[in-house]
Amino acid sequence: MDAKVEWPMTDTAKISVKDLNFYYGRFHALKHINMEIPDKKVTAFIGPSGCGKSTLLRTFNRMFELYPEQRAEGQITVDGQNVLDRGLDVSLIRAKVGMVFQKPTPFPMSIYDNIAFGVKLFESLSRVEMDERVEWALKKAALWNEVKDKLGQSGSGLSGGQQQRLCIARGIAIKPEVLLLDEPCSALDPISTGKIEELIDELKSDYTVLIVTHNMQQAARCSDYTAYMYLGDLIEFGPTRELFMKPKRRETEDYITGRFG
Amino acid sequence: MSGFSIDAGRLAAHKRRKRVNALALALSLAAMAFGVFWLLWILFETVRLGASGLSWQVFTEMTPAPQAEVGGLANAIYGSLMMVGLATLIATPIGVMAGVYLAEYGRNAWLGRITQFINDILLSAPSIVIGLFIYSVVVARFKAFSGWAGVMALSLIVIPVVIRTTENMLALVPNAMREAAYALGTPKWKVILSITLKSARSGVLTGVLLAVARISGETAPLLFTALSNQFWTSNLREPMASLPVTIFKFAMSPYENWQQLAWAGVFLITLGVLALNIVARVAFRNKH
Repeated sequence: MDAKVEWPMTDTAKISVKDLNFYYGRFHALKHINMEIPDKKVTAFIGPSGCGKSTLLRTFNRMFELYPEQRAEGQITVDGQNVLDRGLDVSLIRAKVGMVFQKPTPFPMSIYDNIAFGVKLFESLSRVEMDERVEWALKKAALWNEVKDKLGQSGSGLSGGQQQRLCIARGIAIKPEVLLLDEPCSALDPISTGKIEELIDELKSDYTVLIVTHNMQQAARCSDYTAYMYLGDLIEFGPTRELFMKPKRRETEDYITGRFG
Repeated sequence: MSGFSIDAGRLAAHKRRKRVNALALALSLAAMAFGVFWLLWILFETVRLGASGLSWQVFTEMTPAPQAEVGGLANAIYGSLMMVGLATLIATPIGVMAGVYLAEYGRNAWLGRITQFINDILLSAPSIVIGLFIYSVVVARFKAFSGWAGVMALSLIVIPVVIRTTENMLALVPNAMREAAYALGTPKWKVILSITLKSARSGVLTGVLLAVARISGETAPLLFTALSNQFWTSNLREPMASLPVTIFKFAMSPYENWQQLAWAGVFLITLGVLALNIVARVAFRNKH
């Protein structure tokens, strides 16, 4: 199945996926995915559990490579470079394509070091520059005011919502261009969720944001484009408003109206 | 009790559950009391018989001849500290690294599984077997009992314990933590060193301390390796005294002064092990 998508010509593609297939051992989890993801926009991936949306997200930074039985075939180009090219250093891809996971995972170190950890991998900054970078990232993630007086304290002492924003700050501190968010709010309460959604809206001015969510309202609220996936196929992909207001395909309509199944 | 009616069958089931619960609670309390009873008795006897024999001489004088006027455990204390300390220094890095291999690299590899199996056997090997092994490959070959042989035997007891605890503690670190570190572009060695080992740090150190506590009371592996020594020596190529072996020798003797010192030694070891356990619990409580 091939979902042809048109978006306003003003948006250029940041990532383009060509004939992507993904396998968990023998299981064919993604089938011939083709799509172009626009630059500096929020693209949401929705669909029922097991449809492959998280799997797709994990191919953009080659996260699946941690597990030897998983493999991807096809092409994913970010700025013209094929991410799936084995010769390409995976660290450099991940510096460019950051990721935030479902469960907040603060590292076992102070709030400051949580942010500085990733930065130190790629840059050697002076003390002052590092202080500035940490402050910048925490401000960007709307966490600075809550933690500025306790940067030396452990990251795991923060609340769930704060921890997740810390993880986002950690992700953007290394200045990626693409940010992958894998159900970033599913472990959070409504207030924290609201804060993260506001944050996503602000982040898109600098980053290309891809978000996987099982919450359709969330996709409708904070994304510019939405992709609906089902059983490893990309069923429909287009501007969020259009996809929700007048979906082109019957399957999409059934899902978003709750008549699914 | 009106206004809140419960079906008779449910009520009976509920009462039965409460009875079973009370019974289970009583049984587990009894089991706990049984264990604590003996433990407290041992502690009480140790303090009663050991503390009275404690004096400065115990720390300054060498192990005496039978029925001598003065005498202490200085050489045995030094020997124990030396051998336990060196064994820990040698065994900890080996054990931690092997544990890291098992948890982070060899999880599905055949070499990992074999290592795990052998380690389990080594873990449950009686310490006297390890003593005899070192006796036959080191002591018998070089025709000399020595402190080093003692250190080797003790190391062989510490290594499997540290491997097992390191592996278990690393396995407890959630995979999400590793993924988050990899997602930043962190190389594998750095993920292990700064993230997973760091999260498991307190557990690993507790394992090391418990292993130290265990070897500080081991007699069998030292009996055939370091033997013992009546005199002060800091030369690890000579036979070396240790607290457990000295206690073993003195406690079985008919001499009053030796028996007294044996109790003092028992008291010191108990105190040391207790202190280590407390340190393990307090100092390495999870901070992050």
